[in-house]
Amino acid sequence: MTEASLAAPLPRAPRPGHRLPAAAVTAVLLVILGLSAVASLSLGASGIRPWEIWSRDLSPSERAILFEIRLPRLLLGLLVGAGLAMSGALMQGLFRNPLADPGLVGVGAGAGLGAVLAIVLGGLLPLGLQTALGTHLVPVSAFAGGWVAVLVLHRVAHLRGQTSIATLLLAGIVLSALAGAFTGILIFIADDAQLRDLTFWGLGSLAGASWAKLMAAAPIVLAGMALTPFLARGLDAMALGEAVARHLGQPVERIKRGAILAVAAMTGAAVAVSGGIGFLGIVVPHILRLAIGPGHRLLLPLSALFGAALLVAADTIARLVVAPAELPIGIIMALIGAPVFLWILLARRGQLEV
Amino acid sequence: MLLAEGLGAKLGGRSVLAGVDFEARPGEITAIVGPNGSGKTTLLRRLTGDLPGPGLVILDGDPLASLSPRVLAQRRAVLPQATAVGFPFTLREVVAMGHAAGASAHLPGIVEAALAEVGLLSKIDTPFQDMSGGEQARGHLARVRAQVWAPVHHGRPAWLFVDEPVAALDIGHQLQVMGVLRRFARAGGGVVAVMHDLNLTAMNAARMVLMEGGRITAAGRPPEVMTAPLLSRAYRCQLCLNTAPNEGIWLLPQAASPA
Repeated sequence: MTEASLAAPLPRAPRPGHRLPAAAVTAVLLVILGLSAVASLSLGASGIRPWEIWSRDLSPSERAILFEIRLPRLLLGLLVGAGLAMSGALMQGLFRNPLADPGLVGVGAGAGLGAVLAIVLGGLLPLGLQTALGTHLVPVSAFAGGWVAVLVLHRVAHLRGQTSIATLLLAGIVLSALAGAFTGILIFIADDAQLRDLTFWGLGSLAGASWAKLMAAAPIVLAGMALTPFLARGLDAMALGEAVARHLGQPVERIKRGAILAVAAMTGAAVAVSGGIGFLGIVVPHILRLAIGPGHRLLLPLSALFGAALLVAADTIARLVVAPAELPIGIIMALIGAPVFLWILLARRGQLEV
Repeated sequence: MLLAEGLGAKLGGRSVLAGVDFEARPGEITAIVGPNGSGKTTLLRRLTGDLPGPGLVILDGDPLASLSPRVLAQRRAVLPQATAVGFPFTLREVVAMGHAAGASAHLPGIVEAALAEVGLLSKIDTPFQDMSGGEQARGHLARVRAQVWAPVHHGRPAWLFVDEPVAALDIGHQLQVMGVLRRFARAGGGVVAVMHDLNLTAMNAARMVLMEGGRITAAGRPPEVMTAPLLSRAYRCQLCLNTAPNEGIWLLPQAASPA
């Protein structure tokens, strides 16, 4: 029984030889992150030149642009990008499916409904609760909306440890439609001031970035991120199915609950401050899996790094191409993301019912 | 020693297993055989705790329900019929998951040794999804072996629960896989295997149970269970048994005829 006699020709050449060393990938991502951060701070509609930030004293108005507009926008971009990309990687691990993305399967819509609910009906809450939550009300409510959406999705699309991508996407369409309908009703009953808030919020961009928004969203996103190191090994095992993960000693139910909470926190808070940006959660983990493999211990933190860099870069491009106007960042992300989504879909056409 | 009493199970509201007592000893292979739909896999899933239901399972003195997944993973490994790998993990990474979960996680070289045992060492860096069905089956066997690498750990036997381990394999690899299980058992480990192939069962199992309609209808050493009347009734076809060359029992499908 020799190996040679058994070695049937493989349909594809083994790939891991092409995997890149994690340290090198991390270094490259850090450089990209640094470059996009510098570009984001120094490029824009106002006349500050990149090299001038450090080389000469800035006028008060230029300082204001830097510290009150561009810096919070940069930090918010890092936070939202990292949160959305990590959410994508987590959801894909949870559903064992590389096409699960919070934006596409209705989690973003659920979070959006939560945010709109807070903007329109937040005034009805007891005053004590309103003051206690303060600016956190919208992100907290979005987190709750996203949480409900992931729970429903998990109930509907997940059967005996398996997820059918068809059920997942259809359930996402239904969830989005339902959330959209309720959002529509809320917009209908909103007053003028709330409508202004809603319009501003729904732009799907980082344009409204402020320190207040950043402070409202950051704790929730960071709390979600803090959960992820405890989920990585369990998600690896769950790639073999829930039963096998249990046989491998993983507390599967706890990992699922943790992943759902983390996704809801990161997506919810990101949607609350940016209006929801699609595709980041698919593109980033997919490219990283090709580069460093599917192990979640590396995939999750590097997704955060790559997502942050990519979103800040896309935001900078969005601000520059039609300056002084701005392109909604969602357009840029869709231009990059939709082809990648199609590419994965085509590559997996033979095995969609995994 | 694996002891189970009064095991039952329902699937979709229908009782598929009822009043089953079962025991398996370390140091030997215990086979579960029976026709399709007789409840073999259901029994295995009750024994591993994957399926809820009435009855009690005691693994080496400890009720199964009292052991956490982490502790359980160090004492027994489970190999289901088929396991799809959701992402492009390599063979090495999949086997390493088993190794990391087991009691020998701190020992180096076990992933390679487990792969060598099933003849897949040369494929160690191949993406699991790119391997053939038979290679994947052996890869998963290496994974559970890496998990319970030492057949006896601190004086306590390790256990392997396998569901049709040779289903996807050619005859050479069937013998190879049964050899892996037999050596594990001979070294003191316990093996409970759902088997379809009666010849391989006769060759390798020390004890076997025959299932029919969710019940055990015969149990004992293979020569006691593998009799023409018992097997013919269970499998609903006239079976002809023979013995050759040295006391082993074998079965001749050519001599079978519909009931």
